[in-house]
Amino acid sequence: MMTDLFSKFDALIEQREHLLSTGLTDPFNLVMERVESPTVAICNGQRTILLGTYNYMGMTFDPDVIASGKQALDDYGSGTTGSRVLNGTYAGHKACEEALKTFYAMDHAMVFSTGYQANLGIISTIAGKDDYIVLDIDSHASIYDGCALGNANIVPFRHNDVEALEKRLKRIPDGAKTLVVLEGVYSMLGDIAPLKEMVAVAKAAGAMVLVDEAHSMGFIGEHGRGVAEAHGVIDDVDFIIGTFSKSVGTVGGFCVSNHPKFEILRLVCRPYVFTASLPPSVVATAATSIGKLMHGADKRAHLWDNSQKLHAGLKALGFTLGTETPQSAIIAVIMPDLEKGAAMWDALLREGLYVNLARPPATPANMTLLRCSLCAEHSADQVDQILGMFEAAGRATGCID
Amino acid sequence: MTDRAETDARVKALIEPFNKKGVAVGDATRFAQDLEWDSLTVLDFVATIEDEFDILITMNQQAEIENVGQLVDAVEKPKG
Repeated sequence: MMTDLFSKFDALIEQREHLLSTGLTDPFNLVMERVESPTVAICNGQRTILLGTYNYMGMTFDPDVIASGKQALDDYGSGTTGSRVLNGTYAGHKACEEALKTFYAMDHAMVFSTGYQANLGIISTIAGKDDYIVLDIDSHASIYDGCALGNANIVPFRHNDVEALEKRLKRIPDGAKTLVVLEGVYSMLGDIAPLKEMVAVAKAAGAMVLVDEAHSMGFIGEHGRGVAEAHGVIDDVDFIIGTFSKSVGTVGGFCVSNHPKFEILRLVCRPYVFTASLPPSVVATAATSIGKLMHGADKRAHLWDNSQKLHAGLKALGFTLGTETPQSAIIAVIMPDLEKGAAMWDALLREGLYVNLARPPATPANMTLLRCSLCAEHSADQVDQILGMFEAAGRATGCID
Repeated sequence: MTDRAETDARVKALIEPFNKKGVAVGDATRFAQDLEWDSLTVLDFVATIEDEFDILITMNQQAEIENVGQLVDAVEKPKG
């Protein structure tokens, strides 16, 4: 008998075939044929409002951002073809790191090729075989993968449970070094972490703290530095991880820190060293965007209005939401099961609305979610249209009465 | 009772509230296949064991623990 290493995927292949046999559009194979703006694209020939992009601040079509990218293409070419530690650090990479240091008011910034690699690289490099990582059970895949790559001892605690975190910290063997990993906003349900309490508990136990602020940068906290800033604990956080692929509007990841020995990571962090650096146009757009996000107070206020309006409207229609009140720019609509969720997703797309369908194992508690992420560029009219589409699709699929 | 027998009895008593299928529990009873626990049940159960014995069972250890006997061994181990 020939070995087939793919046999482990049989159950998933079967589930997928079953779902698609009902005539639904494949939710994981959608093509954006044209993109008009941060909030509108053409999908299957139809004009579609985008409500699942994480493009929170709508920077992807900002004229200054685009101009800086074009200029960098002309000045530096299409790519660096090299690692940051060899031929892949251009003036633009340093400028991008300077922009991050200014944005966060921190001493050090290190840019990675993706947000996934930022978590993978920092976590695996600072916490090794004899170290302990205490993390929220609902942590992002890149955090778990970082723990596994470094071969650290992984201690999970119940989602957002301060007492559970504290108990586990007390049980870490004497002398062991500990990293506590938290997220500002958890992207599945759009809820935020009680960072004030958690960071205090972690520091009292002598642990270092890393907070992933991927989904909060640009609009949570007075300067848009994230939940740690909003909760007044950013000075006690040792490492902040972030991404350029959400509010910043391009691709890439980063870590900022005040640790005095931080710069040594550039030589010992494998996901930083053994990959090509970001193209010059990408770091140019990122630096321009980060600079503009520092002055985005009005856009931030409008984004919060959108989030509150959508949350209240969906609740009034009778949908079950991931949070009692809007806590971020993510509003998660909880579906009873995958089949209903896929049907609702398909019905919304036909109405002209794109949301994210999220399913286990990415979701907590095996939930199927329709995840909506708002953009500062969504107009109040668009939010009204979105609510109308949810109402029509919800009734057509029997998700609401 | 020996220490191990006592730990064994306490672990089995803690399993019962999670034993929705009413499976007869022995050392060889497997959590995933026999008790049919999903990842959420495992999380709750591990937290219960950790609190009862005031120990940590890391995810690395959990990956090696397939049945009840192995769990009792893991609980006994930190006592040295």
